[in-house]
Amino acid sequence: MMYTNSLYQEVILDHNRKPRNYGKLDHASHQAVGHNPLCGDHLDITLQIENDQINNIAFQGESCAICKASASMMTTAVKGKSRLDAETLIHEFRELATGKLDINQSHHLGRLTVFSGIRDLPTRVKCAVLPWHTLHAALNAIASASTEANDDPVQTVISGNS
Amino acid sequence: MKPANASLKSESLFDIDWEKIRADFPILNLKIDEKPLIYLDNAASSQMPQSVIDRLVRYQTAQHANINRAVHYLSEIATMEYQRARCTLQQFINAREDREVIFTSGTTDSINLVMHGYGRKFIKSGDEIILTTLEHHSNIVPWQMLAEEKGAKIRVVPINDKGELQIDAYEKLFNERTKFVGLIHVSNALGTINPVKKMIDFAHQHGVPVLIDGAQAAPHMPIDVQVLDCDFYAFSAHKLCGPTGVGILYGKTDLLEAMQPFKGGGDMIASVTFEKTVYNTIPHKFEAGTPPIAAAIGFGAAIDYLTAIGIERIAAYESTLLDYATDCLNEIPGVKIIGTAANKAAVLSFVIDGIHPHDIGTILNQDGIAVRTGHHCAQPVMHRFNIPATSRASFAFYNRKSEVDALVAGIKTVQKIFL
Repeated sequence: MMYTNSLYQEVILDHNRKPRNYGKLDHASHQAVGHNPLCGDHLDITLQIENDQINNIAFQGESCAICKASASMMTTAVKGKSRLDAETLIHEFRELATGKLDINQSHHLGRLTVFSGIRDLPTRVKCAVLPWHTLHAALNAIASASTEANDDPVQTVISGNS
Repeated sequence: MKPANASLKSESLFDIDWEKIRADFPILNLKIDEKPLIYLDNAASSQMPQSVIDRLVRYQTAQHANINRAVHYLSEIATMEYQRARCTLQQFINAREDREVIFTSGTTDSINLVMHGYGRKFIKSGDEIILTTLEHHSNIVPWQMLAEEKGAKIRVVPINDKGELQIDAYEKLFNERTKFVGLIHVSNALGTINPVKKMIDFAHQHGVPVLIDGAQAAPHMPIDVQVLDCDFYAFSAHKLCGPTGVGILYGKTDLLEAMQPFKGGGDMIASVTFEKTVYNTIPHKFEAGTPPIAAAIGFGAAIDYLTAIGIERIAAYESTLLDYATDCLNEIPGVKIIGTAANKAAVLSFVIDGIHPHDIGTILNQDGIAVRTGHHCAQPVMHRFNIPATSRASFAFYNRKSEVDALVAGIKTVQKIFL
């Protein structure tokens, strides 16, 4: 289908091949583990935050290309940003992935809009959102995030549409 | 519609016009974004031929009422047709009696029925239940629930690197505490055909009853429960070109009679007072409430359809597809087939170096190719091979060699994208 072509764009394939900020930070101030029980994918995110600013971030784990590229691009997007800005990006990315964001309106996602095609693949939305979910958990001192949690916005949207 | 009746005159396994058979399945004409549908997810659910669709329509338009109750015309017709479906299933698996065939909502329901009806009555604290690494979650979780409730123990038969059960290890698991064996006939994740006859015989030497999960076997090979001598056999209609929501549990009469009911309600009783309820005879004891009448009748029609083609012919044809697909995939560098048992049904699980199965599935879908990606509800199998998931192509008799070629081309596209 056409949307699949547009999903696996070069920028996503590149981040999958050469993930940025890959690994684990030694002296992390914040961290969380994300898990998608539907496919077994998991990743952990470590952060160094000082004065509400994300000085450093890293991720590692096992996942599909969509999840890995999303995580990689997320780390480059939030590094150096304030906590509040990161939360804004998390919110906007979730809205993008679930098709609720109008990308013609003002937003802060930049190149991350390359993931807009995911909205047409409900089974893959979770793959793209997992890193953002996990980052949210880390920022809010929740040890682990799951795409199947009761408060999962993705889950809510999918069941709402079916 | 009578498929391939002319060819039934011959004994040959290869005298069928499979293209004509394929034309019986309207859904196979679908286009997915202008690409012809290539449906290779038959182990998850098979497609339905026009004759079964027509049967469902005929039932709903001219025969539907509730069964076993009223004396009016429609109720009698519906009851008769429902019972006829039971007899069709009885003959299909060569059960001694039709009352040994219980309609359930599917394989999972059938296994849960045995767990509740047999397990909760006869399995005690300290008893052991033997399962295998190849089991689908539906033949693991009910027994874990039982083991937890009763303080029983689950013992697991390991597999070798080809995905075959280690029979010597199986035999060593038996002791005086062994009280039940749950065994998958054909692995849904790997396609391995297990030597169930031999394993049932061994269990019986120790006086242990055996449940066979036949969900993946019944569509692909002749099943004779008397030859197997299994105590229980379970499968679903929707993997045999029938509707969802119905399946059967075969059980030996004496066992079914000794078991306690699973669900209480109407139809499963002989008499009810607030002081005492007397249960109905089998199979009704296990069919509480209004059953899926339409689906059961559709199930019967699906069995008629498959029997007219001949399960042996289906098995022989699918085997040629599997051999062809196996050869083709083995020739692609970077592709590894998971599950290489000597005796296999038409299931091909594979992984591609460096590419996640979900990405494979999404890109194949782009070419109209439907495969299953994930752990296939068989996580212990995935753990055994130290992989999170596989991509799985599973074939039915309506698939073509050209569809295998399309799969191969699709895999090469995937590799090109991720190069």
